[in-house]
Amino acid sequence: MRRKRYFSRTVCFLLCALFAVLFLMPTVLTITNAFMTQSEITANYGQVFQNANDGKSYISKRINLKFIPDKVSFTQFFTVLLKSPDYLLKFWNSVLFTVPIVLAELVVASLAAYGFTRWRGRIRDSLFFFYVILMLMPYQVTLVPNYLVSKWLGVYNTRWAILLPGAFAPFSVFLLTKFMRRIPVAVIESAKLDGANEWHIFWNICLPQCRSALYSIAILVFIDNWNMVEQPLILLEDASLQPLSMFLSTINQGEIGIAFAAAVIYMIPALLLFLHGESYLVEGIAHSGSVKG
Amino acid sequence: MRRTWKQLNLKLRDFLASLCFSGPSFVGMLLFYIIPFGIVVYYSFVTGAVDRSFAGLKNYRDVLGNGAFQIAARNTAVFSALAVPLAVVLALALAVMLESRIPLKSQFRTFFLSPMMVPIASIILIWQVLFHANGAVNEFLRVFGVDKIDWLKSDYCMIVVVLLFLWKNLGYNMILFMAALSNIPRVLLEAAEVEGASEAYQFFHIKLRYLSPTVLFVTILSIINSFKVFREIYLLTGSYPYQGLYMIQHFMNNMFNDTDVQRLSAAAVVLAVVIVVLIAVLFIVENAFGKDVEG
Repeated sequence: MRRKRYFSRTVCFLLCALFAVLFLMPTVLTITNAFMTQSEITANYGQVFQNANDGKSYISKRINLKFIPDKVSFTQFFTVLLKSPDYLLKFWNSVLFTVPIVLAELVVASLAAYGFTRWRGRIRDSLFFFYVILMLMPYQVTLVPNYLVSKWLGVYNTRWAILLPGAFAPFSVFLLTKFMRRIPVAVIESAKLDGANEWHIFWNICLPQCRSALYSIAILVFIDNWNMVEQPLILLEDASLQPLSMFLSTINQGEIGIAFAAAVIYMIPALLLFLHGESYLVEGIAHSGSVKG
Repeated sequence: MRRTWKQLNLKLRDFLASLCFSGPSFVGMLLFYIIPFGIVVYYSFVTGAVDRSFAGLKNYRDVLGNGAFQIAARNTAVFSALAVPLAVVLALALAVMLESRIPLKSQFRTFFLSPMMVPIASIILIWQVLFHANGAVNEFLRVFGVDKIDWLKSDYCMIVVVLLFLWKNLGYNMILFMAALSNIPRVLLEAAEVEGASEAYQFFHIKLRYLSPTVLFVTILSIINSFKVFREIYLLTGSYPYQGLYMIQHFMNNMFNDTDVQRLSAAAVVLAVVIVVLIAVLFIVENAFGKDVEG
């Protein structure tokens, strides 16, 4: 019996290790390949990115997938950061979309979640259900209303076309309400008996208890918007307003060394956030695990 | 008759206060989602932007009868049928494996979750290196004598996107399963252990029973996420992919370009109805299954 347990545990471990390698490989490859010199990466991947061939560089006949660069080089990073304002501008665009949306969602959601916590009853439940339905709607559905509103408000093809609907996205309200409802009613009731007004209860009692929830929601909202593709595709025509996510998909025609470096710079904020807040992220996901309020 | 705030019925006071707090969100939701969606429904029944006479179901017939829409709907269905079962089963397997006593558990969890936080746009380059006709996967398969496959421009394209989808979504689903597994009463499992139930028996007869609401939730979530796979396909192949990767969002993008609001509205309403039906099924089944284990 014990030997059998030991065996099954070994199999589990090996399978996990295999999956771990598969899961990490794309990220690790992107990061290490960003340190290759332009000539090395052209030689390795020239067969894939046809346009990268300027006719002068050597291109290996067969593709050459490598983890470790022959020579570590930082010039591509300098090129991205110092010599090509386009990348930095697009990066800045991504920041200008993501940060305001995260902040606005947190403010709107913490107020709304408090409202949903204090008010119990049939109407509340059906309203909350409405939020759940809207939260689950894919972009194909929500973009049509967003498009119409942006035309009416005259903000089509400006940042506001994405920022305004983004600030009121229902997901953060849904998740924060689930966290806030765990605060015992007795705590709120006793505060009320002590003469605290609603704002006081919200600001001094409920919000401090939701600090970790706010952080996990911020991470989830951040990654969703840092990744945005659908909204800029429909709501922005201006190329200068596009975030880096849209731009990265078009630059593989140019110098691939620079494309890899830009891809790495783009993933750094998200990865830092992940490394710092992983436990909060896990808690946030775990709480999204049921559609009931 | 004037009533002061203090004299108001307590319940009403609570209601008004919470309305104040939820107000901004309600207004935003109404303004940016609900009212415009009502207008979308209205547009889907009229003939044109200028001449707004009632068109009946003509717009819907146009959309549903459109060849491109049918291809897109079929592709989406094929994709969901491939990706969703894998996303549920593999995530459950990962969660169960991480529950057993193996070394490096928390590291594995981090590794499995990490793709979720890596922007897809960053990973596209390496995906192209792997799955191009001259790419690394073909190079690897050549060793076994497999002929060159142009992954993104043949009927194999679905496999590439399914892999990308799993890579991205398995971590999230796994966390949901892990949370549910940790909620199973330990006493029950210990009792089963004492009575000599095998691990397989424990899994199928106890754990899976407690997990059934989560399995459903993850299934619905994965179906809905599979509607969102356009993002990955767009970044991989641009606006004009191989026909097998033509998704509903591609179809809608074309209508956005033609500003064909009537048919666009009809398509959005059709999709919204599909999603609502899916959620309704989830709620009904969760209510039916969840009760006997929650109590």
